[in-house]
Amino acid sequence: MRRGIAATALVAALGLTTAACGGGGDNQGGTDSSGELSGTVTFWDTSNEAEKATYQSLAEGFTKLHPKVKVKYVNVPFGEANAKFKNAAGGNSGAPDVMRTEVAWVADFASLGYLAPLDGTRAIENQGDWLPQAAASTKFDDKTYAVPQVIDTMALFYNKKMLKDAGAEVPTTLEALKDASAKVSKKWPGKSGLYLRGDDPYWFLSFLYGEGGDMVDAKGKKITIDDPSGVRAYKTIKDLVDSKAAITDASDGWNNMQNAFKSGKVAMMLNGPWAIADSRSGAEFKDPKNLGIAPVPAGSAGQGSPQGGWNLSVYAGSKNLDASYEFAKYMSSAKVQQTTTEKLSLLPTRLSVYTKPSVSGNEMVQFFKPAVDKAVERPWIPQGNALFEPIRLQMANVLGGKTTPEKAAQETGDAYRKMLKDYK
Amino acid sequence: MAVETSQSVAKAAGARSARGRGHRTDNTPGSPGPGRLRRALSTHWYAWSMVAPVVAVIGVIIGYPLVRGVYLSLTDANEANVERTIGINHIPATYEFVGLENYKAVLTDNVFWDRLGWTVVWTVSCVALSFTLGLVLATMLNRKIKGRTFYRMALILPWAVPAFVSVFTWRLLFNERSGLFNKLLAGGGIDAISWLNDPTWAKVSVIAVNVWLGVPFMLVAMLGGLQSIPGELYEAAEMDGATAWQRFRHITLPGLRPVSGTVILLSSIWTFNMFPVIFLLTRGGPGDATEILVTYAYKLSFVVSPRDFAGSAAWGVLILALLSLFAVAYRRALRKQGDMW
Repeated sequence: MRRGIAATALVAALGLTTAACGGGGDNQGGTDSSGELSGTVTFWDTSNEAEKATYQSLAEGFTKLHPKVKVKYVNVPFGEANAKFKNAAGGNSGAPDVMRTEVAWVADFASLGYLAPLDGTRAIENQGDWLPQAAASTKFDDKTYAVPQVIDTMALFYNKKMLKDAGAEVPTTLEALKDASAKVSKKWPGKSGLYLRGDDPYWFLSFLYGEGGDMVDAKGKKITIDDPSGVRAYKTIKDLVDSKAAITDASDGWNNMQNAFKSGKVAMMLNGPWAIADSRSGAEFKDPKNLGIAPVPAGSAGQGSPQGGWNLSVYAGSKNLDASYEFAKYMSSAKVQQTTTEKLSLLPTRLSVYTKPSVSGNEMVQFFKPAVDKAVERPWIPQGNALFEPIRLQMANVLGGKTTPEKAAQETGDAYRKMLKDYK
Repeated sequence: MAVETSQSVAKAAGARSARGRGHRTDNTPGSPGPGRLRRALSTHWYAWSMVAPVVAVIGVIIGYPLVRGVYLSLTDANEANVERTIGINHIPATYEFVGLENYKAVLTDNVFWDRLGWTVVWTVSCVALSFTLGLVLATMLNRKIKGRTFYRMALILPWAVPAFVSVFTWRLLFNERSGLFNKLLAGGGIDAISWLNDPTWAKVSVIAVNVWLGVPFMLVAMLGGLQSIPGELYEAAEMDGATAWQRFRHITLPGLRPVSGTVILLSSIWTFNMFPVIFLLTRGGPGDATEILVTYAYKLSFVVSPRDFAGSAAWGVLILALLSLFAVAYRRALRKQGDMW
């Protein structure tokens, strides 16, 4: 049985490899004598279940502008996309021409030589229109390796009706959050105030920034996670769970969180604009107005949340670079960004889009735009994405009671020191 | 199922080549005539040509990766310095030979010993539990009872379901908020258990799933073993007034030894490297509580950034060395007891 599986996997892997090799041929294209683009552009999209239909129709809309170009849309789940792209790009087979790249991945991929530099190509259009924070994540070694498409940060999502019925105010600090949670649990035994993602370190950042900390200081080349602020952040998540103000899971966090929030088992969660479309599909939010958004509750040092988002990058080995550049430009264009805002409430990265009434009138944009302006920028270094894994491990250890917050912060710092050899 | 097929195929191939060679030695000494020689050669050639595809395939899919893995484990290769071709750009390899540095680093790191400790606990408990359960069930089914075929089919069912399907099903059952187990507990008025979120419960859960997956193999092997024990022995024992326990202890267990020795070895090796159960059920979590050696090696070469190929290869070679040592020691121990296989 087991060997049977291994053999099947091997056969499947071989089959895939040959298929990928065989599939490379149809990518040939470029510009013909009249300057018209042709060929195929394979696009890996990483948007979530609730968003992907919109992205697919937008991506395929490219053929209306360039009838000779065929767009091959592939949805790759966010959790697998990074590894899948590295496998394909490193193995020189099966990599897409264009990929929707998380902001922290750009420097990582670019440092390995997988991305095409975009300066001076047709991919970049009106760079002055880009939000400066969004533009920062596209750079590596002073070159531009991506075009920004979506910018986001995190906020407190809450169930207006539940908080009101429980007699709780919308919390602005962690102390108030615990009070509100206690009221929710008192009103409905078995229900909880907050869902805390225990399995995804990205959700840890808000607590870390709230204590005035950060993972590393990229300018000063210093590791800061094991400072007292890092210890306090680990203490915060432990305290929220131990005091029963929050529930958490060590796996399946996204589904459990969305299910709990959508079905009214918890009243609050931390999340970003990418969760708006999905949350509104839940039973509790049949009336979309019931979904409330507030800034992430402040820690002892103030309020803070990470700046994130999505860029579009072009694979350096693409056989159809011209059409790929054009496609990246199209997907980051003002028109496409306006559509993603109208349909999915995602935040555009172009200043000009915010002046459109349909965008500026969107209540999610009205809330998130100032939040994004205040959001904490992450270090855009190649190891940026790798910084998360040690936190993920220590979060679980702290929440499971295996280590103390002090030791967790120290071990996270030690793991960073192995990764970042020239940091203090 | 596939295991047994592949085993018997391998044995048959071996037997044929042995027979081929035996043929020649039997026949050549008598009369070294050209006709005989040609016949012997043709027999020999035939045997080798039958083996050749197997040798070639094993060389390509096992030999080359193995040699390459051992070589990589002696270098500092990672994602950023291996040879890669990106479209028309070719980036040459820049990694260097570092000797035994990686092994030194792995063996002096607590992570390795922690993971090894848990891997041993995991292997021993999984094998012991599934062996015991398999033996009990086989003994129960090795007699004429109503619906015996049905029970046998039902017990083999876990084998018929692809492992990843059953593991995902178990994951749904274990889910702390919406899983069936906690709903049942809640129905009985018992507090919910964090099956996969508490380090200790997660360990219990992964072992339970692996035992569930492993029992059918044990059951089938044990049933076969039980049926090969001559019934006269039991009759004679009964005549002498041996109790049921005495019959089990002195006839069944010794009679099963050739089978049990093999299945325990096989099952230990599989369990030691049982990647899918751990990875799909907990991803090694919570934290690294259920991370066994292979899942950690996977993490090094696919999750960390830049991907640490050399370190992962060193872990792989160490795993192989450990298993080889175990297999040799186990065989010795069995041989001392007088078993031959």
